[in-house]
Amino acid sequence: MDGAAAHTVLPPRFEAWFASRGWRARTHQLAMVETARTRRDALLIAPTGGGKTLAGFLPSLIDLSERPPRNDAPGVHTLYLSPLKALAVDVHRNLELPIAEMGLKISAETRTGDTSVAKKTRQRKQPPDILLTTPEQLALFCAWEGSRAYFEQLDTVILDEIHALYGSKRGDLLNLGLARLQSFAPNLRRVGLSATVNDPELLRRWLTPQPGRAELVLGAPGAPPRVDIIETDEPPPWSGWTARHAMPEVYQAIKGARTALVFVNTRFQAEMAFAALWEINDDNLPIALHHGSLAAEQRRKVEAAMTRGELRAVVCTSTLDLGIDWGDVDLVIQLAAPKGSSRLIQRIGRANHRLDESSHAVLVPAHRFEVLECYAAAEAVAANDLDGDPPRVGAQDILAQHIMGVGCGEPFDADALYAEVTTSAPYAELSREDFDRVVDFVSTGGYALRTYDRFRRIVQGRDGLWRVRNGEIAARHRMNIGAIVDIPMLAIRIASRRAGKFVGGRKVGEMEEGFIEQLTPGDTFLFSGQVWRFEGVSGLDAYVTPAPSADPRVPSWGGSKFALSTYLARRVRRMIADEPGWTKLPDEVREWLEIQKRRSLIPAEDEMLVETFQRGRRHFLVCYPFDGRISHGTLAQLLTRRLERAELAPLGFVANDYALAVWAMRPIGGLDLDQLFQEDMLGDDLEAWLDDSYMMKRQFRQCATLSGLIERRHPGQEKTGRQVTFSTDLIYDVLRRHQPDHLLLRCARADAATGQLDVARVALLLQRIKGRIRHVVLSKVSPFAVPAMLEIGREPVFGMAQEAILEENAAELIADAMELEELGELEDR
Amino acid sequence: MSLAPTWMRTNGGAAGGVTLARSACGSLLVEVMRGTRMLRASGALWLAADRMLVAADLHLEKGSSYAARGQLLPPFDTRATLDRLEGEIAALDPAVVVLLGDSFHDARATARLAPEDSLRIAGLAKGRTLVWVVGNHDEEGPGALPGEVVDEIETDGLTLRHEPAAGPQRGEVAGHLHPCAKVVAYRRSVRRRCFLTDGERLILPAFGAYAGGLNALDPAFAGLFGRSPIAAALGPRVVHPLRVETLSAD
Repeated sequence: MDGAAAHTVLPPRFEAWFASRGWRARTHQLAMVETARTRRDALLIAPTGGGKTLAGFLPSLIDLSERPPRNDAPGVHTLYLSPLKALAVDVHRNLELPIAEMGLKISAETRTGDTSVAKKTRQRKQPPDILLTTPEQLALFCAWEGSRAYFEQLDTVILDEIHALYGSKRGDLLNLGLARLQSFAPNLRRVGLSATVNDPELLRRWLTPQPGRAELVLGAPGAPPRVDIIETDEPPPWSGWTARHAMPEVYQAIKGARTALVFVNTRFQAEMAFAALWEINDDNLPIALHHGSLAAEQRRKVEAAMTRGELRAVVCTSTLDLGIDWGDVDLVIQLAAPKGSSRLIQRIGRANHRLDESSHAVLVPAHRFEVLECYAAAEAVAANDLDGDPPRVGAQDILAQHIMGVGCGEPFDADALYAEVTTSAPYAELSREDFDRVVDFVSTGGYALRTYDRFRRIVQGRDGLWRVRNGEIAARHRMNIGAIVDIPMLAIRIASRRAGKFVGGRKVGEMEEGFIEQLTPGDTFLFSGQVWRFEGVSGLDAYVTPAPSADPRVPSWGGSKFALSTYLARRVRRMIADEPGWTKLPDEVREWLEIQKRRSLIPAEDEMLVETFQRGRRHFLVCYPFDGRISHGTLAQLLTRRLERAELAPLGFVANDYALAVWAMRPIGGLDLDQLFQEDMLGDDLEAWLDDSYMMKRQFRQCATLSGLIERRHPGQEKTGRQVTFSTDLIYDVLRRHQPDHLLLRCARADAATGQLDVARVALLLQRIKGRIRHVVLSKVSPFAVPAMLEIGREPVFGMAQEAILEENAAELIADAMELEELGELEDR
Repeated sequence: MSLAPTWMRTNGGAAGGVTLARSACGSLLVEVMRGTRMLRASGALWLAADRMLVAADLHLEKGSSYAARGQLLPPFDTRATLDRLEGEIAALDPAVVVLLGDSFHDARATARLAPEDSLRIAGLAKGRTLVWVVGNHDEEGPGALPGEVVDEIETDGLTLRHEPAAGPQRGEVAGHLHPCAKVVAYRRSVRRRCFLTDGERLILPAFGAYAGGLNALDPAFAGLFGRSPIAAALGPRVVHPLRVETLSAD
């Protein structure tokens, strides 16, 4: 847009400010101002570095600057919500600059869990014009008494990094919160900001009250990113996830850059890569480590050093995926395949916040299949082909939490609240019957046995309105708000020995209970870039002592946290089937494909290859759906059940992103494979297995917590996830037996089907391969099968029944015990 | 039809081990004070010589106790617990049923009992002796429900009481502590209710559907046993004898 058009859009003060910075307002920034004048909701998609956040705030700044002076304390004008506390703080800092430089009389403040009580109290009495906060705080606002008056004058709500918010329970809760705000301030305008959106239509609807869709504003695309795949002296290994073979080249790439972000998929990969880079860091380059388990102050130190330009590289996880401005990053290195193109594009966006220069990324495959995946990802980035989640239906446990919150805020009318909730996109299709069931659940627990009528949490008054029963219940609910369920964590503390006993000292960070559980005192492990010796657990602390010279016992379950996306999987399948295209692949990968073709076969894009062979005394079935670790795991569980029924005595399975292998005592090859992979396995087999699986229990625990059945915290006592685990299992068992159709069980099943188990994807897979299975009987392992075979025994055996674990330990005791007969002691009993 | 169980003794060093055998029904037979005691997969104890069934820590109406304070746990715990107890009675036909304390979760629990659950409890006393050993949660006893109320019972060389007395106690059978055994293997962990015994004293697991558990390695258990005990962990059908040394802390 030329300067003349800008005149008509921006007030002189703003235009002068742009000019003083040597800038000109970008087209999409002006478009956002114009859309604001129409009062329509707007979704802005603009690449990183395009002044996206400013575009979001410009209409509010203009409106506030033109506001006539008033005496009474006005309410909040603009509410900004970011998925990360740190981002809200960062955006606040950036926002203060134009406000100060233009001399605007606008107050902007942040409010997060870290904000002092005094400041929070003041914010309630004297609301700032612009309040920057997180979705959790919005949920809390909804449960406040007096929230309606507080937000009556709200003009605009801005949702930053909206792609990171919408497709989750957190997004469900946020969207319900928006519907609430809209009822407080019917003229409220919603604005969404994002750099990477795979399905703009979905987000346009998600952002706006239903039915309807937000205006779409597109920023000019930036220069296309440059994505290279690293070339290494040592060929990529058959399996594994550390990419250790590529460290010399990664180090060289860091040396050639001003500042590099080295992205990995898990914290353990981060620890590994950090250690490996320092092993060869002959130039003593300042290379730092950043991941979610490190102590907060340590993370902040790294962030500050980064902002000051003192670091040459940071090895990091998804904690740095989102929009904090890093200034001078000019290279993004993705260690191990990115698993999805959206994530990769988001990460590449972290490099080079100038639009006109292309960002540079280097992909480092950790093994051979990942080489294919990295090529597929690079192609996808070039085509701007984004993957993403299917649209989701709002979760009912979240709705329960919201309804309770509403009842804590003010008395509500069920008809009006139902109308309000169905304007929220995730709940647009919610039936009145389901809504009433959730209200009943909130009130009485929703049990067939109506014994809790006198313990109702919300009660209906003579006026027909629902309200929380008493202040104590409201206070307890407010302590348990939010859609994030913490995984049980233990603090890692440096221990010192006092009087022969360990006492905890400085906290280095936090680790999942599940990991600590695997350690026995004396074990060594890598954390925060150092090797530690595990000394023991006391309460919620894990005690460690430095073990600088020891070799870390690195946990092997640090494989990818993310599963291969459907989009990339399809590209990988196409690549494998496209023999003429193999020439552009590295030699060792091409040879590997060629040997596979000679020894077994290369399936066409729409086929699935199944190989069966014998190895030792075991009979294997390996198949290659390329559909991601999670759906493969589910499929493998179901196949195992079928093989059991066919009396083939299955022993175990492994699943990775590309393949799954099942093995049994008896030959599998003779089975009718079309029948084995028939879609009906998603019926009874799935149901039967699901109900007993520990994943369901874990899921149930989440639903029970989010819905408010189980309290995470209550006054005077911090209840940790750790203490909660056991009792929800008991509740699950009892509920399953006595009311199998209870709301929370249905919730847990729905969650398991979409997330933990990805049943939807398994269903699509079974449909896709119907009649397209290519079976090859082999005399030995094929090149494709090698990675899966190497994983056997290295990964956790999820299929292993709990009883088997106990029985093995019991067998040990019995083997060790002496039979009395042998001792000649058999008395007359 | 039943195979004679194979008796064995754990390697307990100089102090002697625990003599045990697995029975065909999934229970574990252990020798405590020269008598054979059956540890049931349900968590109950069967003293065949007295035809006595012992169950500890039923914590009836724990669900409604939480509900009264605003946490609406499923109200099925009392019936789930009674279902299991009645199952054991049907299987064993005891002459005496001993509820070893903390049978009710709190003092007002009997008032919250659903009428049909009260009837079921009264039914436990029909044709047999029902004995309520009182515990710290239910000092008032079972209210109007039938049965004898006692502090402890002496029988067949054993003393049955709710709370374990301090220090090693020969022949004591107690509840109160809700022991749980945790085993970590294959990068997974399993946590189950368990009996604990060293052949001289016996601690019962909690029988109640909602009763929580205390890890067998907790300091609360230290000092109770004169020699290393075994943990008998409950499976759905089978009791698994485990060496305490192979258990994990929480």
